[in-house]
Amino acid sequence: MNIAKRKFDVLVIGAGGGGLRSSLQLSQAEAKVAVVSKVFPTRSHTVAAQGGMNAALANVSPDNWHWHMFDTVKGSDYLGDQDAIEYMCRAASHLVYELEHQGVPFSRLENGKIYQRPFGGQSQNFGGEQAARTCAAADRTGHAILHSLYQQNIRAKTHFFDEFFAIDLIRADDGMILGALVLEIETGEPLIIEAKTTLLATGGVGQLFRTNTNARINTGDGLGMALRAGIPLEDMEFFQFHPTGIAGRGMLITEGARGEGGFLVNKDGERFMERYAPHAKDLASRDVVSRAISTEVREGRGCGENSDHVMLKLDHLGKEVLAKRLPGISSMVKTFLGIDPAEQSIPVFPTAHYTMGGIPTNKVGQVVVPVEQGEESVQGLYAVGECACVSVHGANRLGGNSLLDIVVFGRAAGNHIIDFLKDNRYHRPLEEQGLDMAMERLARWDKKGQGETVANIKYELQSIMEEYCGVFRTQDVLDKGLEKVLEIEQRMADVRLQDHSKTFNTARIEALELENLVDLAIATVASAAKRHESRGAHSRIDYPDRDDARWLKHSLYYKKENHIEYKPVRLKAMTVDTFPPKERVY
Amino acid sequence: MNVTQTDNEVSRLRWQCRRGMLELDALLGDFVEQHYMQLDEHEKEVFKEVLSFPDQLLFDYFFGNGKSIDKDVNNVIERIRYAVTPEA
Repeated sequence: MNIAKRKFDVLVIGAGGGGLRSSLQLSQAEAKVAVVSKVFPTRSHTVAAQGGMNAALANVSPDNWHWHMFDTVKGSDYLGDQDAIEYMCRAASHLVYELEHQGVPFSRLENGKIYQRPFGGQSQNFGGEQAARTCAAADRTGHAILHSLYQQNIRAKTHFFDEFFAIDLIRADDGMILGALVLEIETGEPLIIEAKTTLLATGGVGQLFRTNTNARINTGDGLGMALRAGIPLEDMEFFQFHPTGIAGRGMLITEGARGEGGFLVNKDGERFMERYAPHAKDLASRDVVSRAISTEVREGRGCGENSDHVMLKLDHLGKEVLAKRLPGISSMVKTFLGIDPAEQSIPVFPTAHYTMGGIPTNKVGQVVVPVEQGEESVQGLYAVGECACVSVHGANRLGGNSLLDIVVFGRAAGNHIIDFLKDNRYHRPLEEQGLDMAMERLARWDKKGQGETVANIKYELQSIMEEYCGVFRTQDVLDKGLEKVLEIEQRMADVRLQDHSKTFNTARIEALELENLVDLAIATVASAAKRHESRGAHSRIDYPDRDDARWLKHSLYYKKENHIEYKPVRLKAMTVDTFPPKERVY
Repeated sequence: MNVTQTDNEVSRLRWQCRRGMLELDALLGDFVEQHYMQLDEHEKEVFKEVLSFPDQLLFDYFFGNGKSIDKDVNNVIERIRYAVTPEA
């Protein structure tokens, strides 16, 4: 085999906020770091995080990290690991200041302190009055963080492999990860990157669902790589949906639209939220509104030719209010639907937003797998950000905690790797057979002939996931869904590419992404079908209650035989008392 | 420019239309597939320049109050928007 090789101390796969925060820590410590990114780094999905980053700075309302910790534990529906949550909330303030020093222009109060806005799920004094905890750089916090981190990395001489796609991890016989095989998209040439440690920071997998808010790059490549390396995925059944995405397109229509007086109607023009939430109506929590929309559609009260959505009415608010209060929405709806929300209602449906599950890690970012009574780390492998499950979000993520997650654990993993490198100064020799799986994966797409297309299979897969593993879940629906995604897995063998060129063969990249999506669809439905309770984002019509006696545990899905096992939630915090599970009422 | 060069160019641009935001994916990705080849040479150059802009700036051009000082850029932005917007 004659494949080019490069050697680095650390290989970071993914150039969003998590990957870049880690690589910065490492490059500043003078480690030799390679960052592989399938798109130009500042086009990573972190750029879409507009809301902000939570930290108990107490600039606007009284606050402390312990209250933030309580809110996060409660928000997670008690599935979050409390040691990791304490670690994150304690680190938050320091990391906001650090980002500011790195160039993030946080918005200011008149007294010069960092501005903080109130977000859902934030409280003072353990469930009391609303707190204002989210630090924001106007409506472009993710963008500001990503660009600052990228520039700092350039300064620290991080080596970037832009537009390289990671195929698979290179795994030694004893399980140690020795780097990855990657593909240069421009030339179609494979490249071996050897590294003493590899860090996955590839983001979430919103593209599993037909209607989603995620960039098209969010195909869960790191999660797919972990599964194929024999590593289980944790809590994949927990996927956060936002109730109002543009139907069939996915773009988010913010809660602000309902906050300003917008409401939802079914095909009969009925304001149906009055039936599901008589008090809060259209402003009920996200999961309640999502389920209500899904139920209306399932029971035949959906709108449009295919009765597959409901309508969000804003036209009664008048042109002026819309132009003043919701200008972005008007412009987006006009662009993608060709209608003016001041005159016509907007077709909406729940849209997949955030992957709570992922690669199991501990609070320093090491990937961990179960052994006998406990767990051990996978040597040479780390994961951070949305692709990881540390687990700080548990069954439901709070707004403002995802940007925090990526910088806290990105930095923690960077620090831990620095220590690891001190004790591991040399590269392990690469075993050629460790590359076999990756090379086979690549060669598979050279098969010629007639067959099914990537685009068709992807569309079917996303539609199946939306119908059978969306917000409306019962045993029957999930079992059917699992059957259908397993059928898709079989059909993948018949998929053929028509384009076999080398240069910028994006069809091949899309095929490799689809393989990841299929594996992750199975992981998600299989995990959901097994969890017989409702908790956070996983809502079962047939098991409507949370069941702590049986289900206060994390699921772990293995690709081999679709096996699922469980591990306990880490209820013990680092230094403070455990927050025991309680009913989650807001 | 022969056919292969054109194919390569579109493939390269198609990948550069993979952005960090779904809204931009939908606008730029769909435009490059269906309409890019209809641009004249100057517009093609401007389109490539537009792809080099940061995502947040493009988002402002499409959905916010942002406007470029370069009228050629604004023309291409409007052309993309017009091409992608369905008829009501």
